[in-house]
Amino acid sequence: MSLIKALTEKPWEHKGVIGGLDPEGVFDTASEKVALVIFLVIASVIFSMFTVSYYVRMELPDWTPLSEPSQLWINTGLLVISSVLFQWARSTVSAGKQKNIMTAFIGGGVFAILFIAGQLLAWQDLQAAGHYVTSNPANSFFYLLTGLHALHLLGGLWVWSKSSIRLLSGGKTEDLRLSIELCTLYWHFLLIVWLLMFAVLSNT
Amino acid sequence: MAYVPLADQEQELSHPHSWVTKYVWSQDHKVIAIQYGGTAIAVGLVALVLSLLMRMQLGFPESFDLIDPSSYYQSVTMHGMIMVVYLLTALFLGGFGNYLIPLMCGARDMVFPFLNMLSYWVYLLSVLILMASFFVGDGPTGAGWTLYPPQASMAGTPGSDTGLVLMVASLAVFIVAFTMGGLNYVTTVLQARCRGLTMMRLPLTVWGIFVATILGLFAFPALLVAAVMMLFDTLLGTSFFMPAIIESGSPLDYNGGSPILFQHLFWFFGHPEVYIVALPAFGLVSDVLSTHARKNIFGYRMMVWAIIAIGGLSFIVWAHHMYVSGMNPYFGFFFATTTLIIAVPTALKVYNWVLTLWEGDIRLNAPMYFAIGFIFTFIHGGLTGLFLGNVVIDLPLSDTYFVVAHFHMVMGVSPVLVLFAALYHWYPKVTGRMFHEGMAKLHFWCTFLGTYAIYLPMHYLGFLGVPRRYYALGTTDFIPESANDLNTTITIAALFVGASQLLFFINIFWSLRNGKKADPNPWGSASLEWQTPDTPPVHGNWGDELPTVYRWPYDYSVPGAHQDFIPQNTPESEEPTADEVHFDPDQDASKANT
Amino acid sequence: MALAVVIFLLVIGSIIFHFASPWWFTDIAAEWGSIDFTINVTFWVTGFVFISVNLFLAYCVYKFRQKEGHKAVYEPENHKLEVWLSAITALGVVAMLAPGLFVWAQIVTVPEDATEYEVMGQQWQWAYRYPGADGQLGYADTQLVTESNPFGINVEDPRGQDDIVVAGPEMHLPIGQPVKALLRSNDTLHNYTVPQFRVKMDLVPGMISYLWFEPNKIGTYDIMCEELCGIGHFAMRGSVVIDTQADFDDWIAQQATFAETQSMAAPNIAAGRAQFTLCASCHGAQGEGNQALNGPKLAGQSAWYIERQLKYFKEGVRGGEGDTNGQAMVPMARTLADDNAIRNMAAYIASLPSTPAANTVSGDIENGGLIFDRNCAACHLDNGKGTWYTDAPALAGMSDWYFVTQISNFRAGIRGLHENDAYGEQMVGMSTAMSGIEEIEDVAAYINTLR
Ligand code: HEA
Ligand code: HEA
Ligand code: HEC
Ligand code: CUA
Ligand SMILES: [Cu+2]
Repeated sequence: MSLIKALTEKPWEHKGVIGGLDPEGVFDTASEKVALVIFLVIASVIFSMFTVSYYVRMELPDWTPLSEPSQLWINTGLLVISSVLFQWARSTVSAGKQKNIMTAFIGGGVFAILFIAGQLLAWQDLQAAGHYVTSNPANSFFYLLTGLHALHLLGGLWVWSKSSIRLLSGGKTEDLRLSIELCTLYWHFLLIVWLLMFAVLSNT
Repeated sequence: MAYVPLADQEQELSHPHSWVTKYVWSQDHKVIAIQYGGTAIAVGLVALVLSLLMRMQLGFPESFDLIDPSSYYQSVTMHGMIMVVYLLTALFLGGFGNYLIPLMCGARDMVFPFLNMLSYWVYLLSVLILMASFFVGDGPTGAGWTLYPPQASMAGTPGSDTGLVLMVASLAVFIVAFTMGGLNYVTTVLQARCRGLTMMRLPLTVWGIFVATILGLFAFPALLVAAVMMLFDTLLGTSFFMPAIIESGSPLDYNGGSPILFQHLFWFFGHPEVYIVALPAFGLVSDVLSTHARKNIFGYRMMVWAIIAIGGLSFIVWAHHMYVSGMNPYFGFFFATTTLIIAVPTALKVYNWVLTLWEGDIRLNAPMYFAIGFIFTFIHGGLTGLFLGNVVIDLPLSDTYFVVAHFHMVMGVSPVLVLFAALYHWYPKVTGRMFHEGMAKLHFWCTFLGTYAIYLPMHYLGFLGVPRRYYALGTTDFIPESANDLNTTITIAALFVGASQLLFFINIFWSLRNGKKADPNPWGSASLEWQTPDTPPVHGNWGDELPTVYRWPYDYSVPGAHQDFIPQNTPESEEPTADEVHFDPDQDASKANT
Repeated sequence: MALAVVIFLLVIGSIIFHFASPWWFTDIAAEWGSIDFTINVTFWVTGFVFISVNLFLAYCVYKFRQKEGHKAVYEPENHKLEVWLSAITALGVVAMLAPGLFVWAQIVTVPEDATEYEVMGQQWQWAYRYPGADGQLGYADTQLVTESNPFGINVEDPRGQDDIVVAGPEMHLPIGQPVKALLRSNDTLHNYTVPQFRVKMDLVPGMISYLWFEPNKIGTYDIMCEELCGIGHFAMRGSVVIDTQADFDDWIAQQATFAETQSMAAPNIAAGRAQFTLCASCHGAQGEGNQALNGPKLAGQSAWYIERQLKYFKEGVRGGEGDTNGQAMVPMARTLADDNAIRNMAAYIASLPSTPAANTVSGDIENGGLIFDRNCAACHLDNGKGTWYTDAPALAGMSDWYFVTQISNFRAGIRGLHENDAYGEQMVGMSTAMSGIEEIEDVAAYINTLR
């Protein structure tokens, strides 16, 4: 049912269970997924608020652009690999297969950890070059945004680690299917956020 | 893969066994609702006492010396913040949302009961952090509930270090709690409605809370972002919001930040926030009015659209709080226009409430008194909003008591009247007892007339030009002596109203034991929450089988029906209509198990 | 039933209250009658809505209250009616908004011939700057602010040399001339409001905001700060005097230019010392004070503060009715012939070595400290040394009995309320932070520990 149609229906006119439909879920999917998508929208609002603030603050005279450490390119690669592995895990499960699931799912997480480690290295490079949080608003934003992104990733890793433990201790993939799907969705989201953020940071 | 009702996934429905899991670590939405409500009302009382302290200072500056300038500003700040966020937001969404959404949706519980429980405990934590700020160093922050930098973290503002950090931390924790609760409310409404309950068959209460929750989920992030950057500025010394400034004669180590950026972020949250407390009130009051007028809510569809329209528009009016903030004045054209446009859907809601009464059969009992009182005060407060929204009129009136009068009328009185209407209205369902009608009516008269006596004169202080957030007025050339008499009158009225709230507490506690046993559906209400097999509803709400809904929730005084209301879950056996769809009970039962 | 009647009465009562009330906007003193016009339009539109909708509400409650044998009508919606109502409401909105936007367009376009001046806000004082002969304001920056250059004007900038700087809270403007106020803040947000002018705008640190108006009525008007700026917010006052052009020119001519303030000759301390012999009889040879003669300790006070107080005594701003001790100071101050003599004297006193006065007051130090830190430290600093920035004098080391008298005087309105006392009123408000003589002594006892 289209949204307009749903909202213009005159509820007092028909009685009974409408159209033989089961109108239980507006979305034909697991509630966990609906909740996750809503959460991703919220997270996007947070990131876009920061981005807007970034652009506003950039207009002010004391802004000195920061040259991003090249380490970030390597990190981007790590995160892409991580996302790809998750996607692999996901398609493996949806196909109902067992093979390689360990490699794919656990590998995905490991690459995410590597990504975070890489980000820390990038921070160290910056610190070593004398770019501290307070030196300039561009720096402050850099630390803030990358830190926030890493925090989101850590949150994801927490869920991932719980699922991994279940997987390692012989949990059935079928039970973990939803969890794997949601992790994958989340990882793709964070990859997109990172790519956008990286683009914003390095173009200004 | 639609949502499977909890009852049908035995392993997931956590059955409480001990007292602790039943009443403390409970995952039952009804218990959580009461926990939320109780906590919110308790902090609300703190805020009430603070407001009375402020009023004592303003009304009797000479004779009562209860607070000094520092604690005055702390009181204003904590009063405003607690009332808006920790009382109203928490009570409407955490309290009423939790209690009513699953019942009105015909669900057994929220979709994620554990998250729901967590939401309450995190909320409690945020309240405790907030309260802790009363006991640290120089006490809570006195920066005004708007927390504008740079002043919030500068010397000369009480509580500018620990107090501020605790406030911001508490807000951040609150946002986490809100998000956990909010995900639940939205997902439950979307996914867990019982059979036959289409979105357009939801009571307006659910619509109001649903849209308000979505507003909250989108608006609170802006506050979080502002809070995080503010913390960075205060604790680490970054310059997001902090320009080069001087503190007590010596320059601080900041440069180039933009205080106005903070204000944009704050009000991008702050304006939707005022509708976060208004929309649930709109919803609840619609149901109370309709039930007691024994008439369907007039223009249901328009009411739903108006809620959605107000929700949407509320994201593009924020800068009407910033007409005199020094932002680019050309924004004034845009924001004045959007602000006044919002009056149209709001006006329609008002008209439809009144038209619901038209040709009704109005039972004038206590909840209805409060609901009708709400219409009156809301019209008053909304109309003064139009003064402020019209940018040129805001110039003389901004930051005066006119603004204070406006938002108390529209937020401090109107939703509070709805709160009481709703508390009385649903009291029999929640407790299984009737409240004392006479005492409730007395409470209404004291609150309604008393608050009008507080806030009507306050507008005139604003016209005179009395600024808000003034500890003492001092002497001026334009404010006549008689303004002090106005202030004294207002204070007396406020003390009276404050004291009269005791009636409410006496009533609810007394009735808990001594009230008449309530019928399961004492008001003859058609919506689902009154049709539960037990009163008060037990864990799982619906006994063995989930209800099935056959009609909208406003079938009151339907022509030809033998009762003046038809519950939502009554099949259309009497009086079949043309476009009715036949219902097959066997098929129904099999579907519920998929 | 009762409810219907009460709503009816509330509507009538509100109307009566409105028309009977003496409380309304103060008389306008600038060419912004169009704002008042918009207010009136809005008032009538909303007033009409208020009356009609509420009377209809009362009628419904009365007419359709529950009665035996009465049944509600089933009417889910009436789309036509709703459309009509929306249309009428939209019309009402347009009626209010259209004049509003029209006037706003005037407010955002500053006329070409408007003259500029600058308003500077800081915790919790006002100061002003006029462009001087060249009609241009010199470049200024918060980072350049010092005690002798409170506006932070760049000394290098030639445009700034002739700027007229007014460091006190009173400013003047000529009548009938559109003016654009440039608003700057040194510390936090403030707001420049003169209710008679109808317009207001925030002062935002780090940027320059503005507003414009054309004064059209001679008189003196209060400037209020209407943006919360800390604990002294309510006490941040200034005043604006609207003069004829001639009076304004006279006034401007008397004010120092920036260059003059920067090149003022150093005061003559020796001359001050010579005149101090007269004072020594009461205040002690080293300005250490003499309680028996009610002479407070002077040593340890900054020159700018002594200078101001001496002027106040001389002009009768201090030492008026009720101030028995202060009255004795008036003739003494008058022996100082001119501003220069006062400057010399102040400089001499500021040079005296300060040894703390003896304790004569005892009280609860802890409570006093609490009150002091919460309220007084904002201006007089944590260490009680005071600062030019907030115009607050040193309290640490002063005669405690004098402290008690002064606070009592502020509380009684004996000090600080004279119309020419530009700084004292803040203390009148702040002195209520102490609830009575006991707490005053507590604070005095605490201040005795700050040395
Ligand atoms: C529940 C909360 C709530 C609600 C619903 C509103 C509703 C509105 N508010 Fe209010 N407002 C606040 C809470 C709320 N406000 C708060 C808390 C503040 C101050 C914050 C602070 O600074 O601390 C504030 C401040 C505030 C300002 C800033 C003032 C300033 O600081 O200078 C403005 C300015 O535009 C404004 C406007 C409006 C408008 C136009 C509406 C409209 O939505 C009102 C619409 C309703 C009606 C108009 C009435 C019904 C209509 C009719 C019966 C028919 C109308 C007919 C015609 C128009 C012909 N509000
Ligand atoms: C919902 C919001 C709410 C409510 C209910 C109130 C209630 C009251 N408020 Fe306040 N107020 C604010 C929100 C609210 N306020 C905000 C946001 C500010 C701005 C802060 C700032 O500037 O930073 C403010 C500021 C403010 C000021 C301005 C101070 C200043 O600018 O210097 C004043 C002054 O008189 C005042 C007075 C009062 C009084 C006397 C009451 C009441 O006592 C009046 C009577 C009301 C009732 C009696 C309702 C009682 C019910 C409850 C309190 C709920 C408890 C719950 C249950 C019992 C179920 N409030
Ligand atoms: C808002 C700023 C502000 C605050 C806060 C403040 N003061 Fe003052 N104080 C002043 C100013 C300005 C003066 C000078 C008044 C004058 O010039 O007459 C002053 C003067 C005084 C004097 C007179 C000193 C003298 O030598 O004559 C005393 C005593 C004093 N303050 C005590 C206090 C105490 C005690 C508190 C706290 C309760 C306090 N002040 C808070 C601004 C402030
Ligand atoms: Cu300056 Cu308020
Ligand atoms: Cu708003």
